[in-house]
Amino acid sequence: MEIKDEVKSPGKISRTFITLYDVFQFMGRFFKEGFLPPYEGKELMKQCYDIGYRSLALISLTGFITGIVFTKQSRPSLSEFGATSWLPSLVGIALLRTLAPLLTSLIAAGKVGSSIGAELGSMRVTEQIDAMEVSATNPFKFLVTTRVLASTITIPILTFYTAMVGMLGALLNVSLSEGTSAKAFFQSSLESITFLDITASTIKAVIFGFTIGMVGCYQGYNSSKGTEGVGKAANSAVVIGMFLIFIEEVVSVQFFGLFRT
Amino acid sequence: MEERKPLSEHEKVIEINGLYKSFGNYHVLRGVDLELYKRENLVVLGKSGTGKSVLIKIVVGLLTPDRGEVKVLNQHVDQITYKELLALRLKVGFSFQNSALYDSMTVRENLIFPLVRNQRKLTKGEITSAVEEMLDAVGLLHTINQMPSELSGGQRKRIGIARTLILRPEIMLYDEPTAGLDPITCLEINNLINEVQERFHTSSIIITHDLTCAKAVGNRVAMLLDGKFERQGTFEDVFNTSDDRVKPFYDYNFIQ
Repeated sequence: MEIKDEVKSPGKISRTFITLYDVFQFMGRFFKEGFLPPYEGKELMKQCYDIGYRSLALISLTGFITGIVFTKQSRPSLSEFGATSWLPSLVGIALLRTLAPLLTSLIAAGKVGSSIGAELGSMRVTEQIDAMEVSATNPFKFLVTTRVLASTITIPILTFYTAMVGMLGALLNVSLSEGTSAKAFFQSSLESITFLDITASTIKAVIFGFTIGMVGCYQGYNSSKGTEGVGKAANSAVVIGMFLIFIEEVVSVQFFGLFRT
Repeated sequence: MEERKPLSEHEKVIEINGLYKSFGNYHVLRGVDLELYKRENLVVLGKSGTGKSVLIKIVVGLLTPDRGEVKVLNQHVDQITYKELLALRLKVGFSFQNSALYDSMTVRENLIFPLVRNQRKLTKGEITSAVEEMLDAVGLLHTINQMPSELSGGQRKRIGIARTLILRPEIMLYDEPTAGLDPITCLEINNLINEVQERFHTSSIIITHDLTCAKAVGNRVAMLLDGKFERQGTFEDVFNTSDDRVKPFYDYNFIQ
């Protein structure tokens, strides 16, 4: 028979600090394990393919529609000043600087983050992660580092893909309304895009990708309490992932704004 | 059913001294002392929730003890580095209660996974023959291309054991190997545990509350009572008692 003692459980504030400590420890382990051999190249490629493939259809559709809608909504304001010729550059800048990284990351947080959370959560509660441990495989390296790296690599690629598809949507709208040629559209929009825009967008996408992978893995890897825990892990991966992406977006806009003035 | 005899070999492969483990307010293990000798099958009995599984998870380093000493193959599990622990785990097989098969992989891939990750220099032919040999040993070669979801409970247990055995461990830890299985399948699993001991010369700890299994596979039996092993010995030694904590266990299994 078990003896029951009066052990005081930690309060809410203590629990928050314990969780934060846990998260930083998890991140620290990722940086330690991710760069030390043996490398899980095959699994990394598989995860990159999975993440890219899983999000591609939705990202294509969303990017294309965003391009059309954003152009359509911006036209009246610009036409008031007789500046509809600025549409291509406006769309190009808006897509590259904010819309593409944010849209791609939010979609990926929903699709990829939840999937990682549920997959690892289910592996945790069915002892598959423990089974890896006891068969002398480092599950953290195999499951976590590969997924976090894959989303960190894949999200920036998807971001530029979203920007490109969005531009095609904008081109369709502009050419139907103003009869602008594709060459003139791309010339105008690409002229206004600076090296800083591309760099900032890439850095943001890398940070967003890392966040999605890290949150999904943390929630899934540490899930408990059976199937309820799996659902919670998937849900938390999306909610926390999206919340952090918005915070990172606000901070990065402020940060990169310093270089634009 | 014939009771198995204790083995005469005295080389200790696992030594546990003064082991304590709590979860929050619950003190599960309270001063556990236990030895596993080379090539013996030791059955650990006890009611549900008494810490039997916790004990073998500590042995393999999945859980850390609060206090006490755990020596596996002369290495202190809680004092070695993670790398050393991984190397030690190659010598200690763990068969999970729910088999813990990788459900996104076929049976073949489940067996290949630990093999290629730990013996990276094997050729494709060597890997195939190792997988087929191990599946043949558990009598399930025909399931090689099936997914775990297509297998019965007993088949999953056998595949789990095969996946563990493919690394040729010196020690096997079975967590409730017959739980949730029908009597015939239980008998098959018991026979398999004995075959593994004889064919692969393993030393094993078998966690169970199934006394038929305990009698069929155990060279020695240890009963976990109130967080400690208070009764150890042959099946007869353990159950030849009027202890109120032990008697109902026997009565339920063999009289009811």
